[in-house]
Amino acid sequence: MRPLTDDETKTMFEKLSKYIGENIKLLVDRPDGTYCFRLHNDRVYYISEKILKLATNISRDKLVSVGTCFGKFTKTIKFRLHITALDFLAPYAKFKVWVKPGQEQSFLYGNHVLKSGLGRITENTNQYQGVVVYSMADVPLGFGVAAKSTQECRRVDPMSIVVFHQADIGEFIRCEDTLT
Amino acid sequence: MAACSIEDVLAKAEQDEAEKLKSITVQKELDLEFDIGNLVAYDKNRIDIRQFREQKKDDFLRSLARDNTQLLINEIWKHPTERVEEVIVVKLPEPTTALPREKPPPKPRPPTKWEEFAKLKGIQKKKKTNLVWDDVAKEWKRRWGYKRVNDGTKEWLIEVPETADPNEDQFAKRNKAKKEKVAKNELHRLRNIARAQKIKVPGVGLTPTAQQSTTDLIRAVNVAKVSTASAGKFQDRLPKEKAPRNTGKKRKFQPVIGNFSNEKQRQLDLLKVMDSKKPRLDVNKAVNKQMREDDREESAAKFRKGGKKGRKGGNFSGKGKGGSGKGKGGGSKGRAGGKGQGPPGGKKGAGKR
Repeated sequence: MRPLTDDETKTMFEKLSKYIGENIKLLVDRPDGTYCFRLHNDRVYYISEKILKLATNISRDKLVSVGTCFGKFTKTIKFRLHITALDFLAPYAKFKVWVKPGQEQSFLYGNHVLKSGLGRITENTNQYQGVVVYSMADVPLGFGVAAKSTQECRRVDPMSIVVFHQADIGEFIRCEDTLT
Repeated sequence: MAACSIEDVLAKAEQDEAEKLKSITVQKELDLEFDIGNLVAYDKNRIDIRQFREQKKDDFLRSLARDNTQLLINEIWKHPTERVEEVIVVKLPEPTTALPREKPPPKPRPPTKWEEFAKLKGIQKKKKTNLVWDDVAKEWKRRWGYKRVNDGTKEWLIEVPETADPNEDQFAKRNKAKKEKVAKNELHRLRNIARAQKIKVPGVGLTPTAQQSTTDLIRAVNVAKVSTASAGKFQDRLPKEKAPRNTGKKRKFQPVIGNFSNEKQRQLDLLKVMDSKKPRLDVNKAVNKQMREDDREESAAKFRKGGKKGRKGGNFSGKGKGGSGKGKGGGSKGRAGGKGQGPPGGKKGAGKR
């Protein structure tokens, strides 16, 4: 386990800022305790200082996971965000997408969101903007990338994709083995 | 007249033909000497000066050359031939003429140290046989080389002498001694060669290579700098020389539980830098604005056409106005955050003024 280097921190923040913008400050600087990012086996974990101090007592090969896994660095040092980060992305999300109840299940199975399933979308969403997907009952379902800007969404046909699926909470069951 | 001319013509034609097909046999007083390996024929016949003066000189020389070439080719054809890719080829024998040297002969090798010593002492070289009778194996074995007679390293039993350390490995000791002997021999051999070719060999250290690239030289300088008693700590640098910073291979990370506030500060600074570098998305805003304008125009046109659609157009324009009012981000939380930060900032500004 080690802290992130400057380059790695930069890559990760760039990825996070796509979803939560400047609110990363609120993740880094929390009023209710010191939380930090640590790298272990190419995965980035967001842990409180208390847990971190306890975790240092476990040997590297025996340690599986600490705190919350935000994502992992791939072999080519690109950062990939995992669904386990949703709890921290959802409250700070800048751009949200609400999915109709009929299309909810489709999204939870890993499909993209079509125009026909789109309930609401925040105004001024740019194309390829990172968005958090909610159900109509304001339950965060996952996150994705807006395929069309809000303006375009209004005028496209119902069968076109409006949000590319990136992660959903169905992965907790589907990808149980690979999630730490 | 015609008959005479015809006869003349025929006679002339016959003469021409006879000249062309001169016989391949040539009569010479003395036979020529041939060196077919070099395709050479030596003609030692005397030249008749009177005949030389009578004929045209060119014709005489040409006929002489023709005769000699004929004899040479006759001689070539006497040798065995073979067919190579539809071409008949003659196998030439070894050349017999001794040609002079092209380059000067090599100088004799200067004697080695042993040879000098042997000459001084009068030691003669004794010719030894390669094979020696081995009574133990009852066969002829080599004196030196593979499977030789007295191979010290292949002994299966070595008695430990009384003066030696009982924990010492005698076999390893013998192997090491053998390696050292071989290395010493090789060193002497190379020294002899160096002395013969007058190459200067340094007593201690490495011989410099011929041409070194910039990177090699820089590396050599860096290594030399660190090779002092205090690992290069007190070595002065030239005025414009840069410190070598990437000589080590190990990456250094921050400790796991370092200074948390420092870490936090560094991350916040990084975020600040990132924010300042982010451009304001003017292109997208412009595109969206344009599209909103188009929508508004469309709805206005429809409103003019019919009253029912006017309501929809009005709604659209309201949303458009609300959207264009804000700079970036339409989320409620973002707006709340902006409002919260606004007044305190304003107050600060007032205080400064």
